[in-house]
Amino acid sequence: MPMKLARTAFAALTILFLVAPLIAILPLAFTSSVILTYPVPSWSLRWFEELFTADAWRRAIVNSLIIGTGTTLLATVLGTAASLGLRNRLLFFRGSMRTLFLLPMVVPAVVLGVGMQVLLAGFGLTNSYAGVIIAHTVVAVPFVVVSVTGALAGIDERVELAAQSLGAPPATVFRRVTLPLAMPGVLSGAVLAFATSLDEVVLTLFVAGPNQRTLARQMFSSIRENISPAIAAAAFLFIAATVVIGLIVVLSRSMLAKRR
Amino acid sequence: MAEFIRFDRITKFYGPLCVVENLDLGIDKGEFVSLLGPSGSGKTTLLMMLAGFEQPTSGNILLDGTAINDVPTHRRDMGVVFQSYALFPHMSVGENVAFPLQMRGMGRAEIEGRVKRALDMVQLSAFADRRPSQLSGGQQQRVALSRALVFEPRVVLMDEPLGALDKQLREQMQLDIRDLHRRLGLTIVFVTHDQSEALTMSDRVAVFNKGKIEQIGTPRQVYDEPATRFVAEFIGETNLVEGVVEAVEGEEATVRLPSGAQIVSAVSGSVSSGQPVFLSIRPERVDLSETRGDARNCLETQVTDSVYQGDHLRVQLQNAAHPLIAKLGRRSREFPPGTRVYAGFSAGDCRVIAP
Repeated sequence: MPMKLARTAFAALTILFLVAPLIAILPLAFTSSVILTYPVPSWSLRWFEELFTADAWRRAIVNSLIIGTGTTLLATVLGTAASLGLRNRLLFFRGSMRTLFLLPMVVPAVVLGVGMQVLLAGFGLTNSYAGVIIAHTVVAVPFVVVSVTGALAGIDERVELAAQSLGAPPATVFRRVTLPLAMPGVLSGAVLAFATSLDEVVLTLFVAGPNQRTLARQMFSSIRENISPAIAAAAFLFIAATVVIGLIVVLSRSMLAKRR
Repeated sequence: MAEFIRFDRITKFYGPLCVVENLDLGIDKGEFVSLLGPSGSGKTTLLMMLAGFEQPTSGNILLDGTAINDVPTHRRDMGVVFQSYALFPHMSVGENVAFPLQMRGMGRAEIEGRVKRALDMVQLSAFADRRPSQLSGGQQQRVALSRALVFEPRVVLMDEPLGALDKQLREQMQLDIRDLHRRLGLTIVFVTHDQSEALTMSDRVAVFNKGKIEQIGTPRQVYDEPATRFVAEFIGETNLVEGVVEAVEGEEATVRLPSGAQIVSAVSGSVSSGQPVFLSIRPERVDLSETRGDARNCLETQVTDSVYQGDHLRVQLQNAAHPLIAKLGRRSREFPPGTRVYAGFSAGDCRVIAP
């Protein structure tokens, strides 16, 4: 019994440790004060208003959506294609190839950022949406690869062989069998890619121009200039969006599972 | 009858490993042929090559006289049934069965009718809207079967389709598949490692060992006239006794055992006198009696153990030189250990096998 109590307490402390920063910042989004500190004098929505009316913040939100959507599309397509390719057992250096695709996860963002800036400059893509989307895609692809590879590993290869034997050419096997079965993994990968793009700061600092200032980037710079509670409101927006997207994924996955 | 499928000197390597070696096999239209052998004997690989999932390293596969090596799987028109069922988990039972018909561009009304008939055939028409995961293993395998048959393929390939089912269900399915084969005149190539399954269902059995066919023949031939030691031991239980050929006369040979006893036995293949050989004697062909009977061959033995096994009595005997097992019908009297008995069997009940 004491053992069980200790375990519960430990779990509770761990969770607290993980969410404490969120608990600290979230109430400040609803403060009426002009500085980002406790105590909260009274509650108000003025900082959300600021977020959606102030030009810098509004543009940052729109930029985040544009870049996030572009990154999600590109990373999902590329990551899924890579995962499909990595299934081929005859592929040379399959293990090293997979590691290569996961590399951006461990390489320091600063290193990637410098390299990316030099590279994009060479193609004249600095200070452009395309440049930022490409940069974000590089760090988002590993998440898609991990997620889709996991989903593909769960598919019985014989199901695809059966489809072939029943008269389906390779493209049809992919469209009617492989892709629908891998869909939960593709969806999670897409969400992870979007989330990665949303909170990516370092690469954005290196490659984005003033016109591609994203929400995360805007928070980062405004926290140095003035500690306005608008940052807390933006953080709230972030978390709310993440929770909503997470819920959508959980729901759609359970719906896909129910269809099985 | 014209030969329908022909494996012409097929060899298959996986890297340095030879899994099928220079193999020839012909299968007639409407025939049920089992590929029987232990795992790793190359039987499944051969089936996978016929389906087009694998390419032979060398040799040709002919279907109805034309080489199909370069024909991709989806144009081979063969129904494949896997041990793992391989149903589409994201489609209903009805959609699973409709899939091959959609691939052939049939109209909706025709597909509906055919799916219904195919599911009727396996008594599953009530389950058309269920997901495969909602069915039992036996039901899933019946769906897989009807999906493989619904488009009237030229050949039906089955890779250990009953391996995942329990014994009773397996025996029922064996009879069902045999019945479908006869009713629809299907050409079936059936891979199994279960010898009783192969004997039950097939017109002919090809016994595989180490990438080669050891023997091909009717169930009666492979059981009663094993050509090699491997076949004798793999199919059913047998007593293998070493001996030396003394004389060969037509279809029969006289073999001297180490104990000095002489046995007259039928011969598979060619042997010559002086050659060391094995004798295969099926346990159920051995009769025991306390007096020297009139059987052609008679060995003096002593009972060492006797086990009642319900449908038969299993008696272990010790001859001067080697042990022997006899399976007696359940009407047989008991033979307590220590009893001295004569083990008798006719020349046709044993085979000489060249080592």
